[in-house]
Amino acid sequence: MNRSLQLWLAFGWIGFALLPWYVADRGFWSFGWLGSGAPFSSDAGSALFLGLLHEPTWLLFLAVPLLAPLAVLGRERSDPVFARTLILSGAVGFAYVFLQGFTIGIDGWEFPGLEALFGPTDLRQAGMGYGAILAAATFLFLLTTGIAAKGAINGDRFVVGSIGLIVAAVAIFIFFPVFRILISALQDNDGAFAVRVFFEKLFDRRIWGVGCLGGGVRCGVAWNSFLLAVLTGLSSTILGLVFAVIATRTRFRAKRLLRVLTMLPIITPPFVIGLAIILLFGRAGLVSQFLWDVIGLRPTRWIFGLPGIWFAQTLAFTPIAFLVLIGVVEGVSPSMEEAAQTLRAGRWRTLSSISFPLIRPGLANAFLLGFIESLADFGNPLVLGGNYDVMSTEIFFAIVGAQNDQGRAAVLAIVLLFFTLSAFLAQRLWLGRKSYTTVTGKGDSGRPLRLPPALTAGLYGVALPWAALTVVIYVIIMFGGFVELLGRNNSLTLRHFIDTFGITRGQFGLVFSGLAWNSFFTTIWIAAVSAPLTAGIGLLTAYILVRQRFFGKGVFEFGTMLSFAIPGTVIGVSYVLAFNVPPIELTGTGVILIISFVFRNMPVGVRAGMASMSQIDKSLDEASLTLGANSFTTVRKVILPLLRPAIFAALVFSFVRAMTALSAVIFLVSAKYDMATSFIIGRVENGDFGQAIAYSAVLILVMMVVILLLQVAVGRRQIHRREDVQGNALEGLAG
Amino acid sequence: MPGESLTVDHVAVDYGTLRVLQDVSLDVAPGEFIALLGASGCGKTTLLRAISGFVKVASGRILLSGQDITSAPPDKRQMAMVFQSYALWPHMTAAQNIGYGLKLRKVPRAEISRRVDEMLALLGLEGFGERSVTKLSGGQRQRVALGRALAIGPRILLLDEPLSNLDARIRQSVRHEIKALQAQLGITAIHVTHDREEAMVMADRIAILDAGNVAQLGSPEEVYNRPVSPFVAAFMGADNEIRLRVERRNGEIHIPASDHNDAAVLLDGESANGDGVHVVGPGCGDVVAHFRGEAATLIAAGERPPGGLVLRGRVRQMSYPGGIYRYAVDVGDRRFMVDDPRRIEVGESVGISLPAAALHLYPAELGRHEVAEE
Repeated sequence: MNRSLQLWLAFGWIGFALLPWYVADRGFWSFGWLGSGAPFSSDAGSALFLGLLHEPTWLLFLAVPLLAPLAVLGRERSDPVFARTLILSGAVGFAYVFLQGFTIGIDGWEFPGLEALFGPTDLRQAGMGYGAILAAATFLFLLTTGIAAKGAINGDRFVVGSIGLIVAAVAIFIFFPVFRILISALQDNDGAFAVRVFFEKLFDRRIWGVGCLGGGVRCGVAWNSFLLAVLTGLSSTILGLVFAVIATRTRFRAKRLLRVLTMLPIITPPFVIGLAIILLFGRAGLVSQFLWDVIGLRPTRWIFGLPGIWFAQTLAFTPIAFLVLIGVVEGVSPSMEEAAQTLRAGRWRTLSSISFPLIRPGLANAFLLGFIESLADFGNPLVLGGNYDVMSTEIFFAIVGAQNDQGRAAVLAIVLLFFTLSAFLAQRLWLGRKSYTTVTGKGDSGRPLRLPPALTAGLYGVALPWAALTVVIYVIIMFGGFVELLGRNNSLTLRHFIDTFGITRGQFGLVFSGLAWNSFFTTIWIAAVSAPLTAGIGLLTAYILVRQRFFGKGVFEFGTMLSFAIPGTVIGVSYVLAFNVPPIELTGTGVILIISFVFRNMPVGVRAGMASMSQIDKSLDEASLTLGANSFTTVRKVILPLLRPAIFAALVFSFVRAMTALSAVIFLVSAKYDMATSFIIGRVENGDFGQAIAYSAVLILVMMVVILLLQVAVGRRQIHRREDVQGNALEGLAG
Repeated sequence: MPGESLTVDHVAVDYGTLRVLQDVSLDVAPGEFIALLGASGCGKTTLLRAISGFVKVASGRILLSGQDITSAPPDKRQMAMVFQSYALWPHMTAAQNIGYGLKLRKVPRAEISRRVDEMLALLGLEGFGERSVTKLSGGQRQRVALGRALAIGPRILLLDEPLSNLDARIRQSVRHEIKALQAQLGITAIHVTHDREEAMVMADRIAILDAGNVAQLGSPEEVYNRPVSPFVAAFMGADNEIRLRVERRNGEIHIPASDHNDAAVLLDGESANGDGVHVVGPGCGDVVAHFRGEAATLIAAGERPPGGLVLRGRVRQMSYPGGIYRYAVDVGDRRFMVDDPRRIEVGESVGISLPAAALHLYPAELGRHEVAEE
């Protein structure tokens, strides 16, 4: 009965007594410590032997919460002593692991107050290693098993354990870093708390200045970001609506093509559109040169700044608005419109009095999404910004620039977070209750209202040029790499591909001599490792949210979706601040990249899982439970096989997003672990547009291939309505 | 397979702050077939889900053959449920669905396939084992769901409106099949339904639920002929009601004449052995009388039949559902639905003739959902 408990206690003891407690210098995956005297030596010792033979005697206390559960192993699960012992041991052990880690850091006491209390200390700790991780996991398991034994969630250990795992992970990798930013913002550059400095920085004119209204001086970055976000939100929503109406309400032939176009931005690294825009409309751009040659219009740098970023972001985020709005427009039941028409409302009247009010919450939703995406966007402002500073790039320059002002970066991050969280809260709390479009599941007969011809013409007039522009942009991206320097020297060449992805025959066989190979392989592997982790934790969270009821579920859901609203730059800064020093020391490793992807993309997996899982009737699980399967077996045998489309969607999206992410990554890459996107940005900054665009094209192709392969590997579900389920999974991702 | 007993002992269930099961007690004998009958929202499904373990019990106990299972999780209760939606797993064949529970119990593969074949034969599904369940008809799916539940030899069989998704015609025969199978296996079964006739046909005893309480528990004859409250009477079809002032003496019920009814002296059911009026409570003073439309006959305005109570009114509506005519008759400001084989024109004055055995009397001050103190 208590097999898993015995197993976990064994793990705990291994972590405590055998594995090195502190992180090895050589990296997470290196096993050099095996030869360096583990578990007895001071640099690879386990907690037990470090405590016995070396300085950190306080680690020995952990033996207590590891011994106590042994005493109750023989007891029944229903015995209150069993539950109480496990809860107490787990909570004490878990808290102690982290408290001691945060109390004694790499330079002794972490908090000035402690030094006053206990005097100066020579004690030093490095970051937590395998032993600490395993011990912490064991304590977490003891705690959740104890809570389950007390009767929470019907005594289901699997569910309580999963909740515990997700809560702990989200707390450590989302809440703790964000909290760390707040602390950082309150400190001056020497680490002392300085509230006045904080307020000075918070109300800095560089952030909030409104000088531009009077003409002359520039406005603060907060207003710049806000204006850009509002413009992008509006334009992408309007265009998204136009395309959604065309796709659902007209006899437009190439509707499938529209759907394909919507997939494109998902596999396009965020700054690539900006890059293509430079190649078209920059001073040496194709279009600019053409205009100069033909009508003598002198090329300027007008595209750099607000117009360019707005343009690029609208191109990038319109498909997202489209995906949201197509569901909303389809949700307007034709019979509601027919009901209005039977009451003698004309076409325009029906549209304005029935259809439009029904989609209004959807429009607000699309706007807020575009708003958040625009604020969080880092790549396009970086490439096209010119003198127009926005917060996401300012944060970056505050950290990496000459100023290296962490406090300013933290303050900017807080302001940015305030904007995105407000939009996110507005979307969840206000719009959450306002959706009128309900899908009843029953077939709704009736034909959608035919649009007035004038309106149809207007829609085409907007949509077709825009679609053509999108196509041109992608042609530039895919083929621009074959040209010497687009605009200036349009001769064909393979030089850029050879420079980046060349393979030469060297002394010892083939050599990957291209510049890009290193970052390319790193990117593929990091993405390949993080995708199943993201899908796993996302689907597990979705299962818990859809299928389980427990106290605090609303908070749990909010916490897991929160990282959706945290811009990548903020995550990047917060990870740098939080995981640069013990007890959790991760910067410069590949692990930090994987973790940042897992938690940034987790909401995607959660949404895909929730969308599909709510289509699977709960009685399918219950039938399995009554037949004697526990919840873990039920998930494995019944839910997972039925969730294939969601698994597919979550894997694809987390893989692709890991490959295209830039904003958080650019803070976290190191010489050893460089990623494709940050490499490309480096090329762009050097002016090597050819290499950058060639690399981007290769990335996009690789992602397409991976999507196809995954589709074959995961397979499609062989039941009817599969298209619906898949469609819903994808729409869940967009919303 | 000997059936097991089930005891539901003062069970209450809350959804949030709302108490959906008030205080329900139920004793189910081994091998008995109990129907939980009630309108939607009465708590019958909640009770079933409390028994199966999907709903947490706020107070009270549930015992399975004397063993307390109140806080056991669903997967430890060894019950099996047949769901309204069948809940068959679309990624498995019919045989895999039926064999799932056996596989969980680590039954050897050969034994599983033998038991599954047996079950398929028992349900008349020979040759369908390898079909995907998505390729079966509604009736076949329903039987696979039943087979899946029965294959593990559950201690209790729970049926959650298993027939409501079937065509009306198939439903009639499946009722008898399930009942016969349950009796043959001797398994204790609890069946949730909102269909009165289904409960009557299938169950040994019926528990009628009303607003989270058991309004009456008894055999089909008992709940039909001797409903204990106005609610049960109405739910079991005696939904015509009229207020009367009566007196009860010497084994007779005396009803004086009024604007709407003739005077009558009727046999008291207590003494007349089923032929008289069914009286609940003291049976004198102000009472509410309930009767079934099909137990009444219409007579001409001047006619005065011996025995029974006659109400005087006028026909307002007529319909022909088949076999008999159904009339809406207004008596004073009340409207009654009455069946009669003869055709009578709308507007005619008629009498509604009620034999003593058709009447159920309840104290007038009694709430609709209350049961009179005996």
